[in-house]
Amino acid sequence: MSTPKEPLGPTPAEDPLEPVEPQSAADVEVAGEQSRASVAELDGFGRRYLRDVMSSSSLLTLLAIVLAVLLGGVLIIATDPAVQEATGYFFARPSTFFAAAWDAASQAYLALFQGAIYDGQAATFTRAIRPITETLTIATPLILAGLSVGLAFRAGLFNIGGQGQVILGAVLATWIGFGLDLPPVVHLVLALVGGAVGGAFWAAIAGVLKARTGAHEVIVTIMLNNIAAYLVLWVVTTKLFAGGSSGTSKPVGENSRLPALLPEPFRLHLGFILALVLAAAVWWLMERSTLGFKLRAVGSNARAARTAGISVGAMTVLAMAIAGGLAGLAGASQVLGTEGYLTASVAGTIGFDAITVALLGRSKPLGTVLAGLLFGALAAGGRLMQTRTGTPLDLVLVLQSFIVLFIAAPPLVRTIWRLPKPGVRREKPSPTSTTPVTAGADA
Amino acid sequence: MRLELRGITKRFGTFTANDGIDMVVESGEIHAILGENGAGKSTLMNTLYGLYEPDAGQIVIDGEPVVFTGPGDAMRAGIGMVHQHFMLVPVFTVAENVVLGQEPVGKGLIDLKRARQIVRETSEMLGFEIDPDAKIEDLPVGVQQRVEIVKALSRNAKLLILDEPTAVLTPQETDELIEIMRRLAAAGTSILFITHKLREIRAVSDAITIIRLGQVVGSATPSATESELASLMVGRSVSLGVAKEPATTREDVLEVRNLVVRDTHGVPVVNDVSFTVAAGEILAVAGVQGNGQTELTEAILGIQKPASGSVVLRGEPLEGKGVRERLDSGLAYVPEDRSTDGVVGEFSIVENLVLDRIGAAPVSRGGALDMRFLRRNAHELVKEFDVRTTSVDRAVGTLSGGNQQKVVLARELSRPLSLLVASQPTRGVDVGSIEFLHDRIVSERDKGAAVVIVSTELDEVLALGDRIAVMCGGELVGIVPGGESRDVLGLMMTGIGPEEARERAAEHHTLLGEADLEAEAEAADAVPVAPTTPTTPPATGTVDDAPVEETR
Amino acid sequence: MSATATVIETPAPTRAVVPAEVRRTGYLLIGIAALAALLAVLTPSGDSKIRISTSSDAIQIPIFAVPGKVTAIVLALVVVGLAAYGVLLTRRGTKVPVWVVATAGALAFVALLLLLSAGKDQVVPITGLLAGTLLLGTPLVFGALSGVVCERVGIVNIAIEGQLLAGAFAAAIVASMAGNAYVGLIAAPVAGVAVGALLAFFSIRYQVNQIIVGVVLNVLVVGITSFLFSTVLKENPDLNARVGLPVLPIPLLSEIPVVGPVLFRQNLLVYLMFAIVVALQILIFRSRWGLRLRSVGEHPKAADTVGIDVNRTRWRNTLLGGAIAGLGGAFFTVASGLAFGKDMTAGNGFIALAAMILGRWSPKGAVVAALMFGLSKQLGQYIQQLQAPIPPQFLLMLPYIVTILAVAGFAGRVRAPAAEGVPYVK
Repeated sequence: MSTPKEPLGPTPAEDPLEPVEPQSAADVEVAGEQSRASVAELDGFGRRYLRDVMSSSSLLTLLAIVLAVLLGGVLIIATDPAVQEATGYFFARPSTFFAAAWDAASQAYLALFQGAIYDGQAATFTRAIRPITETLTIATPLILAGLSVGLAFRAGLFNIGGQGQVILGAVLATWIGFGLDLPPVVHLVLALVGGAVGGAFWAAIAGVLKARTGAHEVIVTIMLNNIAAYLVLWVVTTKLFAGGSSGTSKPVGENSRLPALLPEPFRLHLGFILALVLAAAVWWLMERSTLGFKLRAVGSNARAARTAGISVGAMTVLAMAIAGGLAGLAGASQVLGTEGYLTASVAGTIGFDAITVALLGRSKPLGTVLAGLLFGALAAGGRLMQTRTGTPLDLVLVLQSFIVLFIAAPPLVRTIWRLPKPGVRREKPSPTSTTPVTAGADA
Repeated sequence: MRLELRGITKRFGTFTANDGIDMVVESGEIHAILGENGAGKSTLMNTLYGLYEPDAGQIVIDGEPVVFTGPGDAMRAGIGMVHQHFMLVPVFTVAENVVLGQEPVGKGLIDLKRARQIVRETSEMLGFEIDPDAKIEDLPVGVQQRVEIVKALSRNAKLLILDEPTAVLTPQETDELIEIMRRLAAAGTSILFITHKLREIRAVSDAITIIRLGQVVGSATPSATESELASLMVGRSVSLGVAKEPATTREDVLEVRNLVVRDTHGVPVVNDVSFTVAAGEILAVAGVQGNGQTELTEAILGIQKPASGSVVLRGEPLEGKGVRERLDSGLAYVPEDRSTDGVVGEFSIVENLVLDRIGAAPVSRGGALDMRFLRRNAHELVKEFDVRTTSVDRAVGTLSGGNQQKVVLARELSRPLSLLVASQPTRGVDVGSIEFLHDRIVSERDKGAAVVIVSTELDEVLALGDRIAVMCGGELVGIVPGGESRDVLGLMMTGIGPEEARERAAEHHTLLGEADLEAEAEAADAVPVAPTTPTTPPATGTVDDAPVEETR
Repeated sequence: MSATATVIETPAPTRAVVPAEVRRTGYLLIGIAALAALLAVLTPSGDSKIRISTSSDAIQIPIFAVPGKVTAIVLALVVVGLAAYGVLLTRRGTKVPVWVVATAGALAFVALLLLLSAGKDQVVPITGLLAGTLLLGTPLVFGALSGVVCERVGIVNIAIEGQLLAGAFAAAIVASMAGNAYVGLIAAPVAGVAVGALLAFFSIRYQVNQIIVGVVLNVLVVGITSFLFSTVLKENPDLNARVGLPVLPIPLLSEIPVVGPVLFRQNLLVYLMFAIVVALQILIFRSRWGLRLRSVGEHPKAADTVGIDVNRTRWRNTLLGGAIAGLGGAFFTVASGLAFGKDMTAGNGFIALAAMILGRWSPKGAVVAALMFGLSKQLGQYIQQLQAPIPPQFLLMLPYIVTILAVAGFAGRVRAPAAEGVPYVK
């Protein structure tokens, strides 16, 4: 077929955020080297443990979040009108400035927390704990779509098409929802399947193009996003779909709704459980199944996979299809669980949030769930923050981006916080020195 | 120039690649650095060329210590380097590559006329012609090397470093290169060349420095015997051949008939090749890199679709069968480039050992991996193939070249096979592992497999091949018996048929060919050295995480 | 033994095996021909009124009517002829030249216009449409040029979208503050450089995957600009006023019919674009800077060994790419006379990337490709005006569908700079 001058398939690592530790020597010479830590060298188990903790990935994640929060705080402070006023007479009364600054930031973040976890200011107990349920509700599609992006990453593909796949899943699920009349469980299952199929189809387009023509999936999926956005704009105006108010569709049948987990006014629905179950399923798929092995192999080194008899093209399409299916389910859960009908903005920013969720979660299911919860909390809290303190919801986007950027550059975070480099201390047994020997007749 | 290295030390992390290297190269001298893969030769040269800064030690040129912060400094000081993997931009022309970094400029843009002139003048001085406007990617490898030399010399190099220059040349081309080297040396340029090939060192160098594990372990003159040099290089006595019984062949296993493979432009890169390989023999395919061997093996594996012709394995035509099917029907395949095609660097040893057996029992059961089998399999194979590692969960990419290759071979040999196809099986591998790998290959042959080895190293071809096939320009020039002389093979590698090659070789021996004859004569006279098939693992060679270090 | 003379000739292809990309081009041509034929058949009889001149042309050509169906059929025949030629070349295994595909596409576009306007009263303002194409293509050209510079040096710049947006934002604000659009034009590239610096910082210094950095930077820029829009700009609307670049017609040249209004009656940003395209085309392929740039993107190790500082070269050129894209961003605000709006770049950055790939990483090619995308955008907008029976949303999808077809290799073989996307480590 083609001479392997272009890299076969995609080449990013399992975890695209994993920085390449610079290997600054010829392969052959260094690769032989890495010896185990010489235990005798390190003084005490305790120190080593501490060192491990200090350089651990979880700590870095935490610190990255703190750093992002600080930077976000700067942004809030800089644009707060009270602070701007106080800057005017900074030198006369600096304390006012600092007070105003602290006030602005803390109020905003407090509102964020109240909107995300527990609202102390609320009138009733129900209202007070609603935030946490909101977080879980919002996290549901984020987790699903995050799983989608993460799975694709591990198969070596950049699935930037979450938006489009969510939309297609939502459209198909809606159609099954109001178009058919079926008994309770069946209707729901079918609608969910429809959602998965919709998303899978949309993503598979990019997968097939990549496998057959080498078209870069980043561009194709982004274009498909735009196309899907227009598509749904049109769909909700068609006679088939149009519901009561303009821009919304007919409501889906009762039997196709995802049952609520808690009574009104809580919005938490079965979709959340579904997301957790699917996270476990994705874990099993990637770590324990044959298919997952093949996907990871292709994602890590497509050429070696090909030489081992794995079909790179088939894996590309499958990976995109499965990823699309997960994203489609996110869309379905929005319609069948949260909303009850389709609107043009059903996808919201889920598609792009999913990318940051997957990156933060290191493309692994557990991490994705946690990251989804975090970003769900930010989104839920952000709304209250916007209402209570006037800080725009866009701050959440800023926080998300900063968090991901810092996660991606652990050395940067380490530098800022002055942490030690991670470390197994390496020891190579020093080569025994030999006195040089001359051989052959002396010239 | 007179170059002196005093105590050069270079570390990467805690790994010491060069440890207190002392060396002198006189003006106009051809000085060879001998060392096996992984000994530190390339690091030393890169340090000398300014790509690395030494952690300790001094570089002294004509009596003056110098410090290089980058290749620019080294070039200005008169050091030029021809790398083993050419530093040429494939899409640029010869002229563009030669002037890169020192472009002549006229009216704000590059003065291409002047660039072409530089190319012509320099190559004339060296005695050959090169078209300055040819694109590098269109040129054969031997010519590309000359472009590298022109590039170095056009910057007034007074010391020329050549890193494994003959890896890609036929013996006849090597002669031409040696001629160029001698010409330069006679004109006062010092030459430093790096190699791990014993034969050519004695043919061309004035002085030899031997490096092992980052240290200078000896110096020699060309009158040293090969076994002396070899034992200095490796640190113990080495058997310089493979202990091999003559082959006992049985039925034909592989039949390749009129195979034609075309590239994306429609040019045939494998052109009407036919041969058979029987069970119990090793067919070694020799030839300079890029003459169709890669495509031939890929066609056997199934990742290249032939334009015409057939490949038949044990009576079954392979056409239409996917890679996996072929592997499952008894084909074992060791690819040319293990790091890109052989192993998934990030996967563990456990996972790599079953890379091409996924989906079938006993690796997988009903869509899921049988984790217990995987681990058991890994432990067994690591032991059997002496893969040096602390844990089977280590990423294969962290292993040395030799150990990676062992993993590949272990994987391939861990299932019933009728045909083993191995490309460049010991490229970039340390001597200890080379011995091991060669022995395993021969024992597979003895167990009844048909083996095809593709190698650009004539040493390996001569050592392993029961029969030798030579490819040139995509065609099979001929198949000769295993004992054929190096000179004949070299001529065949340029396209000359066997009979004519024998005639011509009889008339004129190349330096290496003569060296072969000498070596044979020496071996006949010398007291036979007990062939070492080490029962205890040797204490040297590149090791990953050797659990406890044996003291020497 | 004397050395041998070596003059190398590349062997000519012995027999044509048709490579996949060439075949695809063949299919594309057949598709366009079929489309043209279909359009011709569907065109109602009646005349299409076509206007070429604008009011300030030196020579006034009156509106002329063109018999819709006949002309469409003629055009369709020409397109079929081109397609036949292209297929012939395809069978011979040789690459179909870009002009064949481009001309076929352009004629099919004209046929479409005829179809839509035949028998109706509306006049088709060809010149206006072409001028609009150039205008809509402007940010795409800048974005594609930015992509070319960055990718040629080995850095994948997905953040073009963010750089465009940052440029638009900065231009709007600074122009409003200064009350002068030209000052805004200076601020735009500065904003682009800032984003480019972040891209360079994370991808070169910390070797984070470049695509990831690009995607995240896009989100970041959207976030920050939207945040500031909703806070500072809301409270201070005079910081986000509509300040437009005046049109600067070039005397004499701008009065030539057709060519004049399109090329020479534009604002400074477009003229800058012309200059930058020409400059880059020459410099990248013939200057010292260009040679070194390309060497770093193709074979950084080789560049390193001749003393070129790979990472510094990458830094500098990523910043340059950021500046170019930032400047292009000014199109959305200052050059269009609009105020800044949230996320106003709407995917242009990614279309620009597609244009870069389609244009084979050369400025010349990128411009042609970008204009083609601009054409599809203009077409979509125009057809909406004509009240065609197709729902408007589908017309708005047009540029994106065209982009997908483009990157799926329907227009020839593409070969990216060999070392792009790979961080350089010694």
